[in-house]
Amino acid sequence: MVSRAVPIPGAALSRGLAIGYLSIVALIPLAAVVSKSFENGIDSFWNAVTSPQAVASLKLTLGASLVVVLINVAFGTLIAWVLVRDEFPGKSVVNSLIDLPFALPTIVAGLTLLAFYGPDSPVGINVAFTRTAVVMALLFVTLPFVVRAVQPVLLELDREMEQAAESLGASRATVFRRIILPNLTPAILAGAGLAFARAVGEFGSLVLITGNIPFKTQAASVFIFSMVESDNPVAASAVSVVLLVIALAVLLVFGYFSKRALRHEE
Amino acid sequence: MRSKYALRFVALAYLALLLGVPVVLVFVNAFQDGIGAAWDAVTTPEAQHAFWLTFVMVAVAVPLNTIFGVVAALVIVRQRFRGRALLNAAIDLPFAVSPVVVGLSLLLVYGTRDGWVGNWFAEQGIRIIFSTPGMILATMFVSLPFVVRETIPVLREIGTEQEQAAATLGAGPFQTFFRITLPAIRWGVAYGVVLTTARALGEFGAVSIVSGKLSGQTETATLLVESEFRRFNETGAYAASVVLCVLALVTLLAMNLIKPKEART
Repeated sequence: MVSRAVPIPGAALSRGLAIGYLSIVALIPLAAVVSKSFENGIDSFWNAVTSPQAVASLKLTLGASLVVVLINVAFGTLIAWVLVRDEFPGKSVVNSLIDLPFALPTIVAGLTLLAFYGPDSPVGINVAFTRTAVVMALLFVTLPFVVRAVQPVLLELDREMEQAAESLGASRATVFRRIILPNLTPAILAGAGLAFARAVGEFGSLVLITGNIPFKTQAASVFIFSMVESDNPVAASAVSVVLLVIALAVLLVFGYFSKRALRHEE
Repeated sequence: MRSKYALRFVALAYLALLLGVPVVLVFVNAFQDGIGAAWDAVTTPEAQHAFWLTFVMVAVAVPLNTIFGVVAALVIVRQRFRGRALLNAAIDLPFAVSPVVVGLSLLLVYGTRDGWVGNWFAEQGIRIIFSTPGMILATMFVSLPFVVRETIPVLREIGTEQEQAAATLGAGPFQTFFRITLPAIRWGVAYGVVLTTARALGEFGAVSIVSGKLSGQTETATLLVESEFRRFNETGAYAASVVLCVLALVTLLAMNLIKPKEART
């Protein structure tokens, strides 16, 4: 019954424990959300997600997440490049600080941005309660994804290919476009997928700096929160299901690219 | 060569404007009325209780998720059964779920009015929502995948030869696990524990929904930051943020100490 390769006693017991724990902590609660969203039938689900305020919040979340992902792709790749190919004093400190947005509580991230880009900004830039604030908060919390996805691939990248191309007369721009970028693309897309999934669900960093003005700066997560607060769990659940489906779809695509990236390495 | 400096400048300027300068400003704002005022702000009874409650969240959620993480990693790597790929994918679900949805999902299971089992618990006199157990569940949910994710690759790496050798020499399953497997995967597990702790310390949205935000009762450190800010007590909000920032920096330090060791095993 107990295979020798399985070091924990009782394969079935451990499997049951793992599945049971996961179900109690995450799966059953999520099932409750899906069930609640359809509680009054598919029509009421549809009405909830197509109410003007819900649509506006979903549009803002998707639009801002898309902008944020595009900026992350450009700057994340650039930062990874500088951290791998460049040498400067303090590089290792900068490298460790990249993960700060992962370690910092999101509410603190929001307060941090508000301190510098809010009404009391020491440099006079005030983006508080605007859509720019939504984008900046999402940029802050998603910063590490593309950098950390691209960095290892760039480290492993064989420089002989680049040297060969250069010796054959390719310009640096051509080398980047034809040699480096194709090698980085799977990693960039993988990081972009994670960043998008994170941005779509982000809440804490938006609370203080965006003002949560319906139809203007209210993201979908904040809309869900306000529906919970105003005692409308069906609408909250319906929009939650939409967010969940979007995030899962994006992560599925991400999984596909990360698998492709792995195959590439082999 | 000029392009090299241009790229370096743009990358560092982006990081400074988005991350570096704003974080430094939090420290400046916290101490604008002097260190004494900041110290007073984080040692009020509410603040002390908030930090204590955050500690309780971490102290319960992290060990539970660590045990689950190691068991689940062993199950996924070492066992073959139908639905294994599904289990592996389902463990990542909390990464795809918004914290707000996590909070809502717990309300819908344990809430006394909307919840599936909320009434049953209420009849037993157990309060879950707007109380510590619900907040712990929220923390467990959001920080669930980290240990599994960090342990699986290490477990794949070490293989089963040493374990089989130990078993052949007469070691029981428990002995094999504690003397062979666990020491071999310890840095991977440790890295996962650090990430779990950071997430548990910083959770806001999910805890916010299930806590009811009762000051001095169900308010964690992150909720304190929000409520102090809303009460226009900026020094209080920034001072509590500084404590959380320092904890985040300690997390980064721990990550940097553990990562090379993990890579070596």
